[in-house]
Amino acid sequence: MKKRKLGRGVSVIGAGMTKFGMYKNKDSKDLFAEAFKETIASVDKGFNPNEIDALYLGNFTNDFFVHQSHWAPIISDLIGVVPKPATRTEGACASSALAFREGVFAIASGFYDIVLVGGVEEMSKSSTEEVAEGLALATVSYEGKVGFTFPGVFGVIATSYFDKYGASHRDLMNVTIKSHNNAPLNPKAQIPFTIRDMMNQKIKRAEAKGRPAPEWEDEIAFLSDPLVNPPVAWPMHLYDCCPISDGASCMILAAEDIAHNFTDKPLNVIGIGQGSGRGLHSAPSMTSFEATKNAAQEAYGMSGLTPADIQFAEVHDCFSMAEIVHTEDLGFFKEGEGYKAVGDGLTRLDGPMPINTSGGLKSKGHPVGATGTSQLVEVWKQLRNEAGKRQIKNKDLTIGAAHNLGGTGGTCTYTILERR
Amino acid sequence: MEEKIFSDIEYNEYLNEEKLMGSKCKKCNALYTPPRPICIDCYGTDMEWVEMKGTGKLAAFTCISIGPPFMIEEGFDRKHPYCVGVVELDEGTRIDARIEGIDPSKPETIKVGMPLVVKYLHREKKGEKLTYLAFETS
Repeated sequence: MKKRKLGRGVSVIGAGMTKFGMYKNKDSKDLFAEAFKETIASVDKGFNPNEIDALYLGNFTNDFFVHQSHWAPIISDLIGVVPKPATRTEGACASSALAFREGVFAIASGFYDIVLVGGVEEMSKSSTEEVAEGLALATVSYEGKVGFTFPGVFGVIATSYFDKYGASHRDLMNVTIKSHNNAPLNPKAQIPFTIRDMMNQKIKRAEAKGRPAPEWEDEIAFLSDPLVNPPVAWPMHLYDCCPISDGASCMILAAEDIAHNFTDKPLNVIGIGQGSGRGLHSAPSMTSFEATKNAAQEAYGMSGLTPADIQFAEVHDCFSMAEIVHTEDLGFFKEGEGYKAVGDGLTRLDGPMPINTSGGLKSKGHPVGATGTSQLVEVWKQLRNEAGKRQIKNKDLTIGAAHNLGGTGGTCTYTILERR
Repeated sequence: MEEKIFSDIEYNEYLNEEKLMGSKCKKCNALYTPPRPICIDCYGTDMEWVEMKGTGKLAAFTCISIGPPFMIEEGFDRKHPYCVGVVELDEGTRIDARIEGIDPSKPETIKVGMPLVVKYLHREKKGEKLTYLAFETS
């Protein structure tokens, strides 16, 4: 494995995000301002925004959902960074992970000392059909042309995975249940309910309306009910898919040698990887993302770590099936065994390899361009022991990672952070 | 006659003529569907057109209930899902296509490995002829 290195060390000194949700009365600027204010306030020894040398901003859909492009200078003006450089990065749902990576390289090169990176997205003012059509712009053109949607691509991956390894939709439900168990513990989550909470809500609602209360034996029975959980792109059902969300997230990066001016608990970027991918028809495997594997190879190669060294991770669970594939591609579990690991509880908050302690995209929400840095915000919280009720308690955390996927695997990133 | 470049436009023109075409690298014989202008195995740039037999098997699929506007216009919706998938051609390459001859509302009856044969779905959009690639059970 080629050992890649940064020109100089880069640290994270601040991080923040909005609660993800559907905001009728907030636009992209309002959301980013909120995330920015929290980020500034998170710098332990104080931070003056006039120290920011440059801004990198991830955004995917505002061109067509908001009919406004060229967002980097708009946000730069909003937060007072003008006339310093502002650059937008676009890698579909991995847009802000690309902003983070470009920010890291800008500092590692020696050109800048302090950089703000983040992402913003405003999706909920569009209809479900408009969102489906907009997001499908980031599929491979051959897929979109015959009628594939985002869920459809992951449906294809699922039927291929089921055929190859003998898993079934029942196994995917374990991912949904696990992620939603973490969501009520995260005040930033869009859907802060467990599956059992949602079951009980439906029963109460029926009783309030004087209708016979539905009966489900457990969460699996609830998720197996086609009235509750209809197919979207079989075998992807409603509860296999993340919601439509608005939100923003950002982080302040600084050269490692000045990070201690801002905090005694900086996080160091010890591994950073990226990869690109192609359509299902052309990819070497339909049950693995080559972009993720390349990103992992770069990040593990740089850090000198192996998957066993990663203590917890946020992975891009846009669909339940995706989470299983990523945990295999990143090397946490063997190929074809990720679904068993979830079923055995290994990825729970109190398990040996917690995955998506934030609730994941499924319950935390997925404002596409804001997701990449929001995953790293969760890693920041966990590594600094600031994750509140969802803090991982069964080990002393020093190393965590985040994996972000764009489109249908066209762009993937993997970032490893360390608290020293 | 000017030679057809190995483009999506020419590939779609061939579909209009009910021909499923790929490209083959003259140097290393690598085969691609849809066609590629550059061989990504040996980086050769001398390619030739090859017509596929149009037979294969289902490699993976999904039945979509919430489709994009152009599929809704064709009458598909939550009650009338459609099936799309990846087909592995007998020549060894794969291709994305709509899948017909099965019941998309009963996805559990659709099996990976089912033998399939090509079918061309001709449509018109704003006066332009276009053809969707489909496969049906054989």
